[in-house]
Amino acid sequence: MGARGRRSVRRKAALARKPQAARTEWALWEVFVQEKTGQPHEHAGSVHAPDAELALENARDTYARRGPVTSLWVVEARHISSTTPDDSPFLLGPGPAKLYRHPRFYKGAKE
Amino acid sequence: MSRELFEYLLRLGDDRLVLGHRLSEWCGHAPILEEDIALANLALDLIGQASQFLALAAELEGAGRDADALAFLRGPTEFRSCLLVEQPNGDFARTIARQVLFDTAGAPLLAALTRSADARLAAIAGAAQNEVRYHVRHARGWWLRLGLGTEESHARLQSALDELWPFTAELVTPDALDRALAASGVGADLAALQPVFTRDLQGLMAQAKLQPPAPLPYPASGGRAGKHGEHLDHLLSEMQSVARAHPGASW
Amino acid sequence: MTNAERERRFQARIDAGEKIEPKDWMPESYRRQLVRMMSQHAHSEIVGQLPEGNWITRAPSLRRKLGLLAKVQDEAGHGLYLYAAAETLGVSREDLIEALLQGEAKYSSIFNYPTLTWADIGAIGWLVDGAAILNQTMLTKCSYGPYARAMVRICKEERFHERQGYEIMRALAQGTPAQRAMAQDALNRWWWPTLMMFGPPDGDSVHNDALMAWGVKQKSNDELRQWFVDLAVPQARALPLEIPDPALRFDEATGHWQHGPIDWDEFWRVVRGGGICNRERLRARREADEEGRWVREAAEAYGEKQR
Repeated sequence: MGARGRRSVRRKAALARKPQAARTEWALWEVFVQEKTGQPHEHAGSVHAPDAELALENARDTYARRGPVTSLWVVEARHISSTTPDDSPFLLGPGPAKLYRHPRFYKGAKE
Repeated sequence: MSRELFEYLLRLGDDRLVLGHRLSEWCGHAPILEEDIALANLALDLIGQASQFLALAAELEGAGRDADALAFLRGPTEFRSCLLVEQPNGDFARTIARQVLFDTAGAPLLAALTRSADARLAAIAGAAQNEVRYHVRHARGWWLRLGLGTEESHARLQSALDELWPFTAELVTPDALDRALAASGVGADLAALQPVFTRDLQGLMAQAKLQPPAPLPYPASGGRAGKHGEHLDHLLSEMQSVARAHPGASW
Repeated sequence: MTNAERERRFQARIDAGEKIEPKDWMPESYRRQLVRMMSQHAHSEIVGQLPEGNWITRAPSLRRKLGLLAKVQDEAGHGLYLYAAAETLGVSREDLIEALLQGEAKYSSIFNYPTLTWADIGAIGWLVDGAAILNQTMLTKCSYGPYARAMVRICKEERFHERQGYEIMRALAQGTPAQRAMAQDALNRWWWPTLMMFGPPDGDSVHNDALMAWGVKQKSNDELRQWFVDLAVPQARALPLEIPDPALRFDEATGHWQHGPIDWDEFWRVVRGGGICNRERLRARREADEEGRWVREAAEAYGEKQR
């Protein structure tokens, strides 16, 4: 381990010793922006905030400075559940063709 | 040209120019990155509003000056801003207290001006409504966070309120100019706004568990007549330094 | 699956132009490099607020005042996007900033130079932001999804910064003799540091190869630098101002502007702390952080009471 490695271990130890009170970091919130009515909300990024009110204001100041924005959602990052790449193949992946889900499988009125 | 309306517009413009300038001093130094953006936002809105009021004033004056000439070439005795806005930023509590006090008077004032008999003044006030609503929301949010957060933040906010209190009377005490313009329907009726201001402020102090400062026998005033404290000259010296160093130049 | 197999698959995804997202498997060195790049980039934005913020209170017209304030506000915003992107890799913004304030993290060394006149604001917008745009345009194609997306957002906003800077320089270059002299002086001081922004020559650059293989960089330091010079020289002539490089000449054969030798000693001196403002920049950020502590704590305490 070189000098840089030793320094980083020392710093990690120093941070670990920091009592909880010394950390003043606000919670992380994910921001979703709807540009126009009729469109879905899209993930725009994140902000830090101590409460929902300030999260909305910070999101507005950060992600809606240049319009258009009709609606903003903010969610604490810890409340978001997501799939992982390991899950994806069996949870989300394309299965064998399941034609009964597609309109082409069914005969229409004119056929 | 209505000399009175010109003076009135200077008051409105100078208040917002000086306050916007003060808020811009926080840029790069705010307590957290998000607040750096928020304070810059407030500053931009206020300087934008100031530009409009001063542009209208310059036009009414008809002496060949523009908004920049009014902003950068008048000395402190010609500025008509209130004493509150030239007070230094101090710590974040002081800045928030100053903002809440200013907006608690300023928001109803601009709302009243949307009904001004002068269509152009009404238009500027109207355009500012959304911005002002946002400022009120943002500043009051912090007023509560600081008032009810920790012992330290509460103490700092109380201290800020006590120190800025002498400058509040000037915001809602009408003088001859206010009365004349209110009578013509062009200006706002400050006497009518005073109880609204008092009531709103009492509510805010109660919410934040702050002690109302004692009433003052001699509140500070003079800004509207160009009689400022020592802060404004330093502020203007800095603000106007480059413009004044190159007379007649364009930027 | 062995690590070697995972690395092969990872590289195949990169080569196929796929984006790597936060929860995807990635080599530890890729993760480290990206955290380093994104956090350095973020630090540069927030430190960069200071040299320009220095002139907000003295901007000489209402329009310039608004423009500069909006620009510096954008820089805070860009820092925010970039810290947010870095946080997707499992680091906290607070830790990253702590590293910066302790002097353990790097930021773009260009911001260690002082802004001495109003014209410096024009020069920075035109040259420094102009250079940054080239780098950022390249990074919109970066293989790491969150970084690429942050770059798209930033690029959209950066355009106005560069235009504003150039407009300021033009007003000065075509203004009074005093203004013209101010502008030329600013160009003289900011030209070479801007060229150094692109980093050491390709031969000397430590991280280049890995970053290019991983689709994080698409152009080398020298390629970016040349791209910049070819754009900036005609812009300077249009102002008109003179580029402070007696060896500057147009090479008909290659179609590129050849610039004179760069003083790399100066570059390393400033990077390693010898610049005029190195200490001041960090001191200013440290003070803001320390003085803001009670505010952050109060907000956190209030937030807890609401929950």
